[in-house]
Amino acid sequence: MVTLTINGKQATAEPGMSVLEAAKQNNILIPHLCYLEDVHQVGACRICVVEIEGARTLQASCVVPVREGMVVRTNTAKVKEARKVLYELMLSDHPRDCLSCLRNQKCEFQKLGELIQISEFRFEGDKSKTSVDSSSPSVVRNSGKCILCRRCITVCNHIQGVGVLNVQKRGFKSVIGPANELPLNNVNCSFCGQCIMVCPVGALQARDDSEKVWQALFDPKKRVIVQTAPAIRVALGEEFGYPPGTIVTGKMASALREMGFNDVFDTNFTADLTIIEEGHEFLNRATAALTGGEAVLPMITSCSPGWIKFVEHEFPRYLKHLSSCKSPHMMLGALAKTYYADKIGIDPKDIFVVSIMPCTAKKYEITRPEMFMNGMPTVDAVLTTRELARMIKDAGIEFREMDEGEFDNPLGFSTGAADIFGATGGVMEAALRTVYEVVTGRDVPFEHLDITPVRGLSQVKEASFTIEGTQPEFAHLEGFTVRVAVTSGLTGARKLMKQIVDGKPPYHFIEVMGCPGGCISGGGQPQPTNRAIRMARMKAIYAEDAGKSKRKSHDNPFVMQLYKEYLGKPLGHKSHELLHTHYVERGRHNQFAIKS
Amino acid sequence: MEVQISQCSCGKETEAEKRERIIRIIEDFRGREGSLIQILHLVQGIYGYLPFEIQQLVSERMDIPVSEVYGVSTFYSFFSSQPRGEYTIRVCLGTACYVRGGAEIAKRLTQTLGVEVGGTTPDSKFSLEVMRCIGACGLAPAMMVNDKVMRQVNPDKLKQILAMCD
Repeated sequence: MVTLTINGKQATAEPGMSVLEAAKQNNILIPHLCYLEDVHQVGACRICVVEIEGARTLQASCVVPVREGMVVRTNTAKVKEARKVLYELMLSDHPRDCLSCLRNQKCEFQKLGELIQISEFRFEGDKSKTSVDSSSPSVVRNSGKCILCRRCITVCNHIQGVGVLNVQKRGFKSVIGPANELPLNNVNCSFCGQCIMVCPVGALQARDDSEKVWQALFDPKKRVIVQTAPAIRVALGEEFGYPPGTIVTGKMASALREMGFNDVFDTNFTADLTIIEEGHEFLNRATAALTGGEAVLPMITSCSPGWIKFVEHEFPRYLKHLSSCKSPHMMLGALAKTYYADKIGIDPKDIFVVSIMPCTAKKYEITRPEMFMNGMPTVDAVLTTRELARMIKDAGIEFREMDEGEFDNPLGFSTGAADIFGATGGVMEAALRTVYEVVTGRDVPFEHLDITPVRGLSQVKEASFTIEGTQPEFAHLEGFTVRVAVTSGLTGARKLMKQIVDGKPPYHFIEVMGCPGGCISGGGQPQPTNRAIRMARMKAIYAEDAGKSKRKSHDNPFVMQLYKEYLGKPLGHKSHELLHTHYVERGRHNQFAIKS
Repeated sequence: MEVQISQCSCGKETEAEKRERIIRIIEDFRGREGSLIQILHLVQGIYGYLPFEIQQLVSERMDIPVSEVYGVSTFYSFFSSQPRGEYTIRVCLGTACYVRGGAEIAKRLTQTLGVEVGGTTPDSKFSLEVMRCIGACGLAPAMMVNDKVMRQVNPDKLKQILAMCD
């Protein structure tokens, strides 16, 4: 332990800790802006400056490590004056159009102003040029609002390993963006939206599609169908003052009905369906591999469109490893405009499908040409958790007063296996619960069906088990040891892909989710999302699963009914037409896409 | 004044040869961290500037994002992503040169050449740039023509200097 003095008080800290963290631990909050716990500590903004005895100048406390006997003052006239001037200088190059900004009242820069309290704009000078890049369906970048804190660069380069954002040019002309002023849509951005999650201001935002949805809701000729992803119900509450990890499934269903959606469906239903399709796809590949046929293993999950775009750019020659399953919400969109449209006798052209997703890449996914059916989109709009919360408030709905509603059938029932799709490891766990039982007729050999080795926030998680006591038709799998891996975040995904490229993949089945922690911390989730909040949402997801009477996808009676009435069998002709897709080779600099 | 001003030889190599040379340079630096600036410097020596496609090539070969390569190439004024003239004139505007009349030199050159700072003459002969210190303060006001430093430049003699560039 290191002992130091902060503002005249004795304080202790772990060696290596920054002065800012040490102060916080000793109940002294040093105002800061670019610093972000666990993510970004570079001293770019200098707001966190303090006086340190013996140092010639003020020091940025987020990057200075504690030293034995250090004497720190955080609240002197000199510090306060410096902080104020720094803030004013940053503000002098900021649009100050807070009332028309989506981050109004949720802006870290604005919150800092509340603390610093300036009464006039002393510095009025040139403003750096504003350019708004709304080229992508997912992420909108407004360089005029950017305060150059560089958090997005850290996330894009070091946490996700994508590297489309960096500082370009120099000094007053500095701008954060892709190379050569290319729009985001033309580069290898995965649209994961993790940059949005860390942006302290409104410089990076998800594209707002709420107006499109209002128009559909107000159109009496439209049958407007909504579906919600597994990760929404454990995060939406935060937007209404509930603590992270509060499950608001029932209130959410009621609020959606009150907004005017005609059918409130659940993406979890098609998560169960995904497991049936993907599970059989895996069994087919494993069977082929063990019986001398041609098989591409490991098979990798395909629910996360950010991950899909990443792998299309970075590993275009290895797309055969991807499961051909569409992501669950795309499956539901396709079924809503075919199976369900038939059932209720409505022309699919009059159906408008809205997906509530924790994800910004899903906004892009619905625009992929492969996802269209007879020239018609299968999902018409994707809203993030944040957009949904704004719309609920805009509609004058008192969310906290809502009754506990339920989803509509036939596309609203789900098992616990579907609930856990929202967290890293969930798709794998759900798939193994089903695959093992299909093959052996018995439960997967983990206590209470909880496959704990694949749960949690570690970057790469592994599990393996041996198949024993197979059903006669799966006799060739007897004694086969299935090795699986799970990763979330694109840096981990790259590691696993490199093993494949090197020709020594140790796994048969891999789950990848594009965002660290999985969909619970997707780019469309409430801000802030940090480690503690991730953990709380994840806990809620597993609680939702544990509370269900049915916890295996193949036990979903409505999924079975769907096969009986419409699809026939898993991987059958109809399934291929509606539930499966293919991928596009793009190339690192998007060169393939530009050509096509 | 007797000065030899070196000229680039970028016209004499084919595109494929240039690319090959770049790939060789990158291989020579493999495993050495922080070598991007040196590599870009050598590459600019081959092309005379840093075309974006070449920055993409460097990015791929070095396995670093092109946003980082472009970030570095736009940070340092020595690098240019536009084709430059046969002769690049860099006027020093560091403190010593500035107080001794560097700004006047830059102004005269914009008039004489008919281009703004950062620009290249229509005949692709001259590019004009300013630098914040070339480390020749004792020779102020100084400027560079390609890799030659011109000392104590007299604004009235600029035409003579330009005339040597033939």
